[in-house]
Amino acid sequence: MKKPKLNIGVTGLNAIDSPGPGVSVIRALKEAASFDTRIIGLSYESLEPGIYMHDIVDRTYSIPYPAAGTDTLLERLEYIQEREKLDVIIPNFDAELYPFIKLEHKLKEMGIHMFLPTMHQFEERHKVNLNDFGKKYGISVPKSKVIYDLNMVHSLLSEFSFPMIVKGKFYDASIAYSIEQVKSYFNKISAKWGLPIIIQEFIHGTEFNVTGLGDGTGKTIAAVPMRKQYITDKGKAWGGISISDEKMLDMTRKFLRTTKWRGGFELELMKNKDGELYLLEINPRLPAWIYLAVGVGQNIPEALVNLAMGHKVKPFAGYTVGKMFVRYSWDMIVDREEFEQISVYGEL
Amino acid sequence: MKLRKNIAVSEAGLLFNPVTGESFSLNPIGIEILSLLREEKSDEEIRSAILSRYNTDNPTFEKDYQDFIGILKHNNLLESHEETKA
Repeated sequence: MKKPKLNIGVTGLNAIDSPGPGVSVIRALKEAASFDTRIIGLSYESLEPGIYMHDIVDRTYSIPYPAAGTDTLLERLEYIQEREKLDVIIPNFDAELYPFIKLEHKLKEMGIHMFLPTMHQFEERHKVNLNDFGKKYGISVPKSKVIYDLNMVHSLLSEFSFPMIVKGKFYDASIAYSIEQVKSYFNKISAKWGLPIIIQEFIHGTEFNVTGLGDGTGKTIAAVPMRKQYITDKGKAWGGISISDEKMLDMTRKFLRTTKWRGGFELELMKNKDGELYLLEINPRLPAWIYLAVGVGQNIPEALVNLAMGHKVKPFAGYTVGKMFVRYSWDMIVDREEFEQISVYGEL
Repeated sequence: MKLRKNIAVSEAGLLFNPVTGESFSLNPIGIEILSLLREEKSDEEIRSAILSRYNTDNPTFEKDYQDFIGILKHNNLLESHEETKA
Protein backbone atom coordinates (compact mmCIF):
# COMPACT_ATOMS: atom_id res chain seq x y z
CA MET A 1 0.00 0.00 0.00
CA LYS A 2 1.29 3.44 -0.89
CA LYS A 3 2.18 5.51 2.15
CA PRO A 4 0.72 9.03 2.42
CA LYS A 5 3.19 11.88 2.14
CA LEU A 6 2.94 14.48 4.87
CA ASN A 7 4.44 17.96 4.88
CA ILE A 8 5.77 18.48 8.38
CA GLY A 9 7.15 21.70 9.85
CA VAL A 10 9.76 21.23 12.56
CA THR A 11 11.45 23.80 14.84
CA GLY A 12 14.52 23.34 17.05
CA LEU A 13 17.07 22.95 14.24
CA ASN A 14 19.86 24.17 16.52
CA ALA A 15 21.84 20.94 16.73
CA ILE A 16 24.56 22.63 18.81
CA ASP A 17 26.23 21.82 22.15
CA SER A 18 22.95 22.51 23.95
CA PRO A 19 20.86 21.03 21.18
CA GLY A 20 17.29 21.61 20.17
CA PRO A 21 15.35 18.41 19.42
CA GLY A 22 14.51 19.28 15.79
CA VAL A 23 17.16 17.25 13.95
CA SER A 24 16.49 14.14 16.08
CA VAL A 25 12.74 14.53 15.54
CA ILE A 26 13.30 14.79 11.77
CA ARG A 27 15.49 11.66 11.73
CA ALA A 28 12.68 9.83 13.52
CA LEU A 29 10.08 11.10 11.01
CA LYS A 30 12.27 10.01 8.10
CA GLU A 31 12.14 6.46 9.51
CA ALA A 32 8.36 6.47 9.98
CA ALA A 33 6.72 3.29 8.73
CA SER A 34 3.24 4.79 8.31
CA PHE A 35 4.00 7.84 6.14
CA ASP A 36 6.60 9.56 3.98
CA THR A 37 7.59 13.13 4.69
CA ARG A 38 8.63 16.39 3.21
CA ILE A 39 10.32 18.30 6.01
CA ILE A 40 10.02 22.06 6.33
CA GLY A 41 12.47 23.51 8.84
CA LEU A 42 11.32 26.51 10.87
CA SER A 43 14.32 28.43 12.19
CA TYR A 44 15.01 31.39 14.46
CA GLU A 45 18.70 31.94 13.70
CA SER A 46 20.64 31.75 10.42
CA LEU A 47 23.29 29.45 11.87
CA GLU A 48 21.02 26.67 13.11
CA PRO A 49 22.78 23.62 11.62
CA GLY A 50 19.55 21.87 10.57
CA ILE A 51 18.93 24.60 7.96
CA TYR A 52 21.91 23.32 5.96
CA MET A 53 21.18 19.59 6.33
CA HIS A 54 19.59 19.24 2.90
CA ASP A 55 19.48 15.45 3.06
CA ILE A 56 16.88 15.59 5.84
CA VAL A 57 15.41 19.12 5.61
CA ASP A 58 13.77 19.96 2.27
CA ARG A 59 13.28 23.67 2.80
CA THR A 60 13.63 26.10 5.71
CA TYR A 61 11.82 29.32 6.59
CA SER A 62 12.82 31.66 9.37
CA ILE A 63 10.05 32.45 11.85
CA PRO A 64 9.83 35.31 14.38
CA TYR A 65 10.84 34.89 18.02
CA PRO A 66 7.96 34.33 20.47
CA ALA A 67 8.54 37.84 21.87
CA ALA A 68 7.24 39.27 18.56
CA GLY A 69 3.75 38.04 19.49
CA THR A 70 1.30 35.49 18.10
CA ASP A 71 -0.03 37.79 15.33
CA THR A 72 3.42 38.13 13.79
CA LEU A 73 3.95 34.37 14.04
CA LEU A 74 0.54 33.68 12.49
CA GLU A 75 1.25 36.04 9.60
CA ARG A 76 4.52 34.26 8.89
CA LEU A 77 2.91 30.82 9.11
CA GLU A 78 0.18 31.90 6.70
CA TYR A 79 2.88 32.89 4.22
CA ILE A 80 4.63 29.52 4.67
CA GLN A 81 1.35 27.62 4.44
CA GLU A 82 0.50 29.17 1.07
CA ARG A 83 3.73 27.74 -0.32
CA GLU A 84 4.21 24.49 1.55
CA LYS A 85 0.74 23.14 2.46
CA LEU A 86 1.88 21.92 5.85
CA ASP A 87 -0.07 19.03 7.38
CA VAL A 88 1.63 19.08 10.79
CA ILE A 89 3.93 21.34 12.83
CA ILE A 90 6.01 19.97 15.70
CA PRO A 91 7.23 22.85 17.91
CA ASN A 92 10.26 21.79 19.92
CA PHE A 93 11.06 24.70 22.25
CA ASP A 94 9.49 25.42 25.63
CA ALA A 95 9.43 29.16 24.90
CA GLU A 96 7.50 28.83 21.63
CA LEU A 97 4.84 26.47 22.97
CA TYR A 98 2.73 29.25 24.46
CA PRO A 99 2.13 31.00 21.09
CA PHE A 100 1.69 27.69 19.26
CA ILE A 101 -0.88 26.47 21.82
CA LYS A 102 -2.71 29.80 21.45
CA LEU A 103 -2.71 29.42 17.67
CA GLU A 104 -3.70 25.74 17.63
CA HIS A 105 -7.30 26.29 16.45
CA LYS A 106 -6.40 28.91 13.86
CA LEU A 107 -3.69 26.70 12.43
CA LYS A 108 -6.08 23.77 12.29
CA GLU A 109 -8.47 25.88 10.22
CA MET A 110 -5.55 26.42 7.85
CA GLY A 111 -5.01 22.65 7.65
CA ILE A 112 -2.06 22.48 10.07
CA HIS A 113 -2.39 19.86 12.80
CA MET A 114 -0.47 19.78 16.07
CA PHE A 115 -0.59 17.57 19.14
CA LEU A 116 0.24 19.83 22.07
CA PRO A 117 -0.59 19.98 25.76
CA THR A 118 -3.55 22.17 26.65
CA MET A 119 -2.81 25.65 27.97
CA HIS A 120 -3.89 24.45 31.43
CA GLN A 121 -1.46 21.50 31.30
CA PHE A 122 1.29 23.73 29.97
CA GLU A 123 0.87 26.28 32.78
CA GLU A 124 0.26 23.76 35.54
CA ARG A 125 3.48 21.82 34.95
CA HIS A 126 5.56 25.01 34.79
CA LYS A 127 8.49 24.89 37.18
CA VAL A 128 7.06 27.98 38.87
CA ASN A 129 4.09 25.79 39.90
CA LEU A 130 5.97 22.56 40.64
CA ASN A 131 5.16 22.51 44.41
CA ASP A 132 1.41 22.72 43.75
CA PHE A 133 1.69 20.23 40.91
CA GLY A 134 3.40 17.69 43.23
CA LYS A 135 0.77 18.17 45.95
CA LYS A 136 -2.18 17.92 43.55
CA TYR A 137 -1.03 14.73 41.83
CA GLY A 138 0.79 13.05 44.74
CA ILE A 139 4.19 13.12 43.03
CA SER A 140 7.37 13.84 45.05
CA VAL A 141 9.01 17.08 43.98
CA PRO A 142 11.85 19.04 45.58
CA LYS A 143 10.75 22.06 47.61
CA SER A 144 10.90 25.20 45.52
CA LYS A 145 10.15 28.88 45.85
CA VAL A 146 9.58 31.56 43.26
CA ILE A 147 11.39 34.86 43.79
CA TYR A 148 10.95 38.11 41.94
CA ASP A 149 13.64 40.36 43.40
CA LEU A 150 16.98 40.23 45.12
CA ASN A 151 15.54 41.40 48.44
CA MET A 152 13.80 38.06 48.77
CA VAL A 153 17.10 36.18 48.69
CA HIS A 154 17.90 36.55 52.41
CA SER A 155 14.54 35.11 53.41
CA LEU A 156 15.57 31.86 51.69
CA LEU A 157 17.98 31.02 54.50
CA SER A 158 15.15 30.09 56.86
CA GLU A 159 13.63 27.67 54.33
CA PHE A 160 16.54 26.20 52.36
CA SER A 161 20.01 24.95 53.18
CA PHE A 162 23.01 25.08 50.88
CA PRO A 163 23.54 24.02 48.21
CA MET A 164 20.38 25.17 46.45
CA ILE A 165 19.48 25.32 42.77
CA VAL A 166 18.84 28.66 41.08
CA LYS A 167 16.69 28.16 37.95
CA GLY A 168 15.48 30.34 35.11
CA LYS A 169 11.82 30.21 34.14
CA PHE A 170 12.55 28.55 30.79
CA TYR A 171 16.20 27.45 30.78
CA ASP A 172 19.40 27.48 32.84
CA ALA A 173 20.10 26.21 36.31
CA SER A 174 23.10 26.67 38.62
CA ILE A 175 24.03 25.21 41.98
CA ALA A 176 24.65 27.92 44.59
CA TYR A 177 26.75 27.26 47.70
CA SER A 178 26.47 30.71 49.27
CA ILE A 179 24.10 33.66 49.36
CA GLU A 180 26.54 35.60 47.16
CA GLN A 181 26.29 32.88 44.53
CA VAL A 182 22.49 32.92 44.73
CA LYS A 183 22.56 36.69 44.05
CA SER A 184 25.04 36.34 41.22
CA TYR A 185 23.02 33.55 39.49
CA PHE A 186 19.80 35.49 40.08
CA ASN A 187 21.23 38.45 38.15
CA LYS A 188 22.79 36.34 35.42
CA ILE A 189 19.78 34.11 34.73
CA SER A 190 17.12 36.83 35.06
CA ALA A 191 19.07 39.04 32.64
CA LYS A 192 18.86 36.25 30.08
CA TRP A 193 15.44 34.70 30.63
CA GLY A 194 13.55 37.28 32.68
CA LEU A 195 11.74 36.86 35.99
CA PRO A 196 10.79 35.04 38.10
CA ILE A 197 13.68 32.93 39.31
CA ILE A 198 13.00 29.59 40.95
CA ILE A 199 14.95 28.43 44.00
CA GLN A 200 14.88 24.67 44.37
CA GLU A 201 16.03 22.29 47.09
CA PHE A 202 19.12 20.35 45.99
CA ILE A 203 18.51 16.61 45.89
CA HIS A 204 21.67 14.52 46.04
CA GLY A 205 21.48 11.58 43.69
CA THR A 206 21.58 10.39 40.12
CA GLU A 207 19.71 12.10 37.33
CA PHE A 208 17.45 10.21 34.96
CA ASN A 209 15.11 11.28 32.18
CA VAL A 210 11.98 9.75 30.74
CA THR A 211 10.54 10.72 27.38
CA GLY A 212 7.14 9.67 26.19
CA LEU A 213 3.79 10.51 24.70
CA GLY A 214 0.35 10.91 26.25
CA ASP A 215 -2.81 10.69 24.15
CA GLY A 216 -4.77 13.29 26.13
CA THR A 217 -7.12 10.76 27.77
CA GLY A 218 -4.68 9.53 30.42
CA LYS A 219 -3.25 6.70 28.35
CA THR A 220 0.49 6.15 28.02
CA ILE A 221 1.32 5.72 24.34
CA ALA A 222 5.09 5.67 24.84
CA ALA A 223 7.63 5.87 27.68
CA VAL A 224 11.39 5.33 27.56
CA PRO A 225 13.65 6.03 30.57
CA MET A 226 17.32 6.92 30.07
CA ARG A 227 20.36 7.44 32.26
CA LYS A 228 22.76 10.15 31.17
CA GLN A 229 26.22 8.66 30.80
CA TYR A 230 28.14 11.66 29.53
CA ILE A 231 27.04 15.13 30.56
CA THR A 232 28.29 18.37 28.99
CA ASP A 233 29.18 21.43 31.05
CA LYS A 234 25.67 22.69 30.24
CA GLY A 235 24.19 19.59 31.84
CA LYS A 236 23.09 18.09 28.52
CA ALA A 237 23.38 14.38 27.77
CA TRP A 238 26.08 13.65 25.20
CA GLY A 239 25.63 9.94 25.75
CA GLY A 240 22.98 7.87 27.48
CA ILE A 241 21.55 4.39 27.88
CA SER A 242 17.99 3.06 27.96
CA ILE A 243 17.10 1.47 31.27
CA SER A 244 14.31 -0.57 32.82
CA ASP A 245 13.13 0.96 36.07
CA GLU A 246 9.56 0.09 37.05
CA LYS A 247 9.37 2.93 39.61
CA MET A 248 10.18 5.46 36.90
CA LEU A 249 7.68 3.95 34.51
CA ASP A 250 5.04 3.91 37.26
CA MET A 251 5.65 7.57 38.00
CA THR A 252 5.40 8.36 34.27
CA ARG A 253 2.13 6.45 33.90
CA LYS A 254 0.78 8.18 37.00
CA PHE A 255 1.76 11.59 35.57
CA LEU A 256 -0.05 10.81 32.31
CA ARG A 257 -3.09 9.22 33.96
CA THR A 258 -3.69 12.01 36.46
CA THR A 259 -2.97 14.99 34.22
CA LYS A 260 -4.38 13.43 31.00
CA TRP A 261 -1.29 14.83 29.35
CA ARG A 262 -1.59 15.49 25.63
CA GLY A 263 1.59 15.37 23.57
CA GLY A 264 5.25 14.60 23.93
CA PHE A 265 7.17 15.28 27.12
CA GLU A 266 10.37 14.74 29.03
CA LEU A 267 10.47 14.15 32.78
CA GLU A 268 13.66 15.11 34.62
CA LEU A 269 14.02 12.86 37.64
CA MET A 270 16.46 12.53 40.52
CA LYS A 271 16.91 9.28 42.43
CA ASN A 272 18.47 9.65 45.89
CA LYS A 273 20.61 7.06 47.64
CA ASP A 274 17.52 5.47 49.23
CA GLY A 275 16.02 4.90 45.80
CA GLU A 276 13.37 7.63 46.20
CA LEU A 277 12.39 9.41 43.02
CA TYR A 278 11.84 13.15 42.75
CA LEU A 279 10.37 14.92 39.76
CA LEU A 280 12.57 17.94 39.07
CA GLU A 281 10.98 19.26 35.92
CA ILE A 282 8.44 18.45 33.19
CA ASN A 283 9.50 19.60 29.76
CA PRO A 284 6.35 19.89 27.63
CA ARG A 285 7.97 18.72 24.39
CA LEU A 286 10.19 15.98 23.02
CA PRO A 287 13.85 16.03 24.16
CA ALA A 288 16.97 16.28 21.98
CA TRP A 289 17.77 12.61 22.76
CA ILE A 290 14.43 11.45 21.28
CA TYR A 291 16.22 9.42 18.61
CA LEU A 292 17.25 6.92 21.33
CA ALA A 293 13.54 6.13 21.76
CA VAL A 294 13.39 5.32 18.02
CA GLY A 295 16.51 3.16 18.39
CA VAL A 296 14.90 1.11 21.15
CA GLY A 297 11.64 0.53 19.28
CA GLN A 298 9.37 3.50 20.06
CA ASN A 299 9.15 6.00 17.21
CA ILE A 300 7.51 8.66 19.36
CA PRO A 301 7.57 11.49 16.75
CA GLU A 302 5.79 9.19 14.27
CA ALA A 303 3.12 8.33 16.85
CA LEU A 304 2.75 12.02 17.71
CA VAL A 305 2.16 12.91 14.05
CA ASN A 306 -0.44 10.17 13.73
CA LEU A 307 -2.27 11.45 16.83
CA ALA A 308 -2.10 14.99 15.42
CA MET A 309 -3.68 13.73 12.18
CA GLY A 310 -6.51 12.21 14.22
CA HIS A 311 -5.51 8.58 13.74
CA LYS A 312 -5.78 5.95 16.45
CA VAL A 313 -2.41 5.00 17.87
CA LYS A 314 -1.78 1.83 19.85
CA PRO A 315 0.49 2.12 22.91
CA PHE A 316 3.98 0.74 22.35
CA ALA A 317 4.41 -2.65 24.00
CA GLY A 318 8.03 -2.40 25.11
CA TYR A 319 11.51 -1.25 24.24
CA THR A 320 15.09 -2.53 24.20
CA VAL A 321 16.97 -2.02 27.46
CA GLY A 322 20.71 -1.27 27.45
CA LYS A 323 20.84 0.50 24.09
CA MET A 324 23.03 3.60 24.06
CA PHE A 325 23.20 6.83 22.15
CA VAL A 326 26.48 8.65 21.67
CA ARG A 327 26.17 12.14 20.24
CA TYR A 328 28.77 13.68 17.94
CA SER A 329 29.46 17.02 16.32
CA TRP A 330 30.14 17.37 12.60
CA ASP A 331 31.48 20.27 10.58
CA MET A 332 29.43 20.98 7.47
CA ILE A 333 30.85 23.05 4.63
CA VAL A 334 28.29 25.65 3.64
CA ASP A 335 28.30 28.09 0.71
CA ARG A 336 28.08 31.72 1.75
CA GLU A 337 25.18 32.16 -0.71
CA GLU A 338 23.08 29.75 1.34
CA PHE A 339 23.78 31.69 4.51
CA GLU A 340 22.86 34.91 2.69
CA GLN A 341 19.66 33.37 1.37
CA ILE A 342 18.35 32.43 4.82
CA SER A 343 19.68 35.61 6.48
CA VAL A 344 18.35 38.09 3.93
CA TYR A 345 15.25 36.40 2.49
CA GLY A 346 14.39 34.10 5.43
CA GLU A 347 14.07 31.08 3.14
CA LEU A 348 16.39 28.36 1.93
CA MET B 1 24.38 -14.23 48.55
CA LYS B 2 22.58 -13.93 45.25
CA LEU B 3 23.18 -11.71 42.28
CA ARG B 4 20.04 -9.83 41.21
CA LYS B 5 18.29 -11.77 38.45
CA ASN B 6 18.13 -8.88 36.00
CA ILE B 7 21.89 -8.18 36.04
CA ALA B 8 23.49 -8.96 32.69
CA VAL B 9 27.10 -10.14 32.52
CA SER B 10 28.89 -10.44 29.19
CA GLU B 11 31.57 -13.04 28.44
CA ALA B 12 34.14 -10.24 28.47
CA GLY B 13 33.15 -9.40 32.03
CA LEU B 14 31.05 -6.28 31.53
CA LEU B 15 28.29 -6.19 34.09
CA PHE B 16 25.19 -4.10 33.29
CA ASN B 17 22.46 -3.10 35.72
CA PRO B 18 19.35 -2.41 33.58
CA VAL B 19 17.57 -0.56 36.38
CA THR B 20 20.23 2.07 36.96
CA GLY B 21 22.00 1.95 33.60
CA GLU B 22 25.37 1.47 35.33
CA SER B 23 28.10 -0.70 33.83
CA PHE B 24 31.05 -2.27 35.63
CA SER B 25 34.12 -3.98 34.28
CA LEU B 26 35.25 -7.18 36.03
CA ASN B 27 38.71 -8.73 36.05
CA PRO B 28 39.05 -12.50 35.37
CA ILE B 29 38.79 -13.47 39.05
CA GLY B 30 35.74 -11.22 39.39
CA ILE B 31 34.11 -12.99 36.43
CA GLU B 32 34.82 -16.35 38.02
CA ILE B 33 33.40 -15.39 41.41
CA LEU B 34 30.36 -13.86 39.77
CA SER B 35 29.63 -16.99 37.77
CA LEU B 36 29.87 -19.01 41.04
CA LEU B 37 27.43 -16.56 42.65
CA ARG B 38 25.06 -17.00 39.71
CA GLU B 39 25.20 -20.76 40.31
CA GLU B 40 24.11 -19.91 43.87
CA LYS B 41 27.23 -21.39 45.44
CA SER B 42 27.76 -20.69 49.14
CA ASP B 43 30.66 -18.59 50.48
CA GLU B 44 32.35 -21.81 51.57
CA GLU B 45 32.03 -23.38 48.11
CA ILE B 46 33.38 -20.24 46.47
CA ARG B 47 36.32 -20.16 48.89
CA SER B 48 37.28 -23.80 48.17
CA ALA B 49 36.88 -23.29 44.42
CA ILE B 50 39.18 -20.27 44.33
CA LEU B 51 41.75 -21.65 46.82
CA SER B 52 41.98 -24.91 44.87
CA ARG B 53 42.64 -23.08 41.61
CA TYR B 54 44.95 -20.25 42.66
CA ASN B 55 48.09 -19.92 44.67
CA THR B 56 46.73 -17.79 47.50
CA ASP B 57 46.08 -18.21 51.22
CA ASN B 58 42.82 -18.10 53.10
CA PRO B 59 43.27 -14.69 54.84
CA THR B 60 44.18 -13.00 51.52
CA PHE B 61 41.21 -14.60 49.76
CA GLU B 62 38.87 -13.69 52.62
CA LYS B 63 39.90 -10.02 52.57
CA ASP B 64 39.64 -9.69 48.79
CA TYR B 65 36.38 -11.64 48.65
CA GLN B 66 34.73 -9.48 51.32
CA ASP B 67 35.95 -6.33 49.50
CA PHE B 68 34.42 -7.64 46.26
CA ILE B 69 31.12 -8.55 47.92
CA GLY B 70 31.11 -5.11 49.58
CA ILE B 71 31.43 -3.44 46.17
CA LEU B 72 28.58 -5.55 44.75
CA LYS B 73 26.38 -4.65 47.75
CA HIS B 74 27.31 -0.98 47.58
CA ASN B 75 26.22 -0.90 43.97
CA ASN B 76 22.97 -2.67 44.73
CA LEU B 77 23.82 -5.68 42.59
CA LEU B 78 22.98 -8.34 45.18
CA GLU B 79 19.50 -9.30 46.26
CA SER B 80 18.54 -8.02 49.70
CA HIS B 81 17.60 -10.51 52.46
CA GLU B 82 13.89 -9.72 51.93
CA GLU B 83 14.15 -10.44 48.19
CA THR B 84 16.08 -13.67 48.83
CA LYS B 85 13.37 -14.84 51.28
CA ALA B 86 10.61 -13.97 48.79
